[in-house]
Amino acid sequence: MARLDRILGVLGASSLVAALAFAAALPAGTASAEGDYFRPVTDETVKAECAACHMAFPAGMLPARSWEALMADLPDHFGEDASLDDVTRATITAYLVANAAPEKSYIARSVATGDPVLRISETPWWIKEHRGEVSPKAFENPKVGSKANCVACHRGAEKGYYEDD
Amino acid sequence: MKPTTIGAATGIAFILALAGIASAAGGRDTIIASYAAAAGEPLSAERGKALFMGTHSSGKPDTPSCITCHTDNLKGPGKTRAGKEIEPMAVSANPQRYTDPAFVEKWFGRNCNSVLGRECTPLEKGDLLTWLSSL
Repeated sequence: MARLDRILGVLGASSLVAALAFAAALPAGTASAEGDYFRPVTDETVKAECAACHMAFPAGMLPARSWEALMADLPDHFGEDASLDDVTRATITAYLVANAAPEKSYIARSVATGDPVLRISETPWWIKEHRGEVSPKAFENPKVGSKANCVACHRGAEKGYYEDD
Repeated sequence: MKPTTIGAATGIAFILALAGIASAAGGRDTIIASYAAAAGEPLSAERGKALFMGTHSSGKPDTPSCITCHTDNLKGPGKTRAGKEIEPMAVSANPQRYTDPAFVEKWFGRNCNSVLGRECTPLEKGDLLTWLSSL
C-alpha cells in the first residue's frame, strides 16, 4: 500500500475517491497511482551526460534544492570527478530544477529540512519503497552492483516505469 | 536487387567502412602526436601500461586505479561504479576510441583527478593512448 500511503501523504486527506481524483490530475513526472511512473529525462544534453555513467535518473525523484546542491559539486560526484564545462552544467541544472519533485510532493516534503539529500536512494521515499521488499544483499549481487542501477530490477525504468518487479 | 547491384552496394559499404577506420586512425594519430609534441619526449606504451594498471593512493578512495572501472581486460567492457557498462578501451575492440579530442580531454580531466588526484601530464596522456592504441 506504499503508493496509497504516498497519495494520502500528499493530500493529507483520507478519502480514497479524492485521492484518485487528485492522482488523475497530477502532472507527468510525479509518482502517480497509475503505477510508480516517473517521466524519463527528455533533454538530450541531460540524457547524454548523465547517462554516460549511470541511468539518467528522472528529475522528479529529487527536489530542486537537491539537484542544485548536487550540480554545484560535480568534481566530487559520489566519489568521482564528473566535471562539466559551465555551459553544459547550467543547461543540465536548469532542466533538473524545472522538472524536480514538486514542493508539495511526498518526496520533496520528506527531505525538506536539513542538508539537501543528494542520493535518491537516501530519500525516505526510496528507502520506504524498498524496505522489506528488497534484501540489502540484492544490491551486492554482481548483476546489480549498485542501488543506482534501477534497471537491474525495474525492467521498465528507462521508460519511466518503476512498479514492483 | 540484382546480384550485381548487391555486389556493388557491398563493395561501396566496404570502402566506406575502410575509409571510416582510416579517418579514425588519422584522428587518433593527431591526438597522440599533439601530446607527444607537448611532452617534448618520446612516448612509451610500457609507461602507459604501468600507469593504467597500477594502484594509486593520491586520488579518490573509491577509484584507486583505472582498472577499478575499466577492468584489466581492455578488450572487453568495463563497468562504472553505478553499474553501467563502459565500452572497451582497446582500439582493436573499439575502433572509434580516442578519435574525438574533446571527448578524450574531458575524460582524462575527470578520471586523472579521480584516480590520481591531479591532472595527467601530456606525457602521461600520450603514454596511455600509445599503449591503449596498441591493444
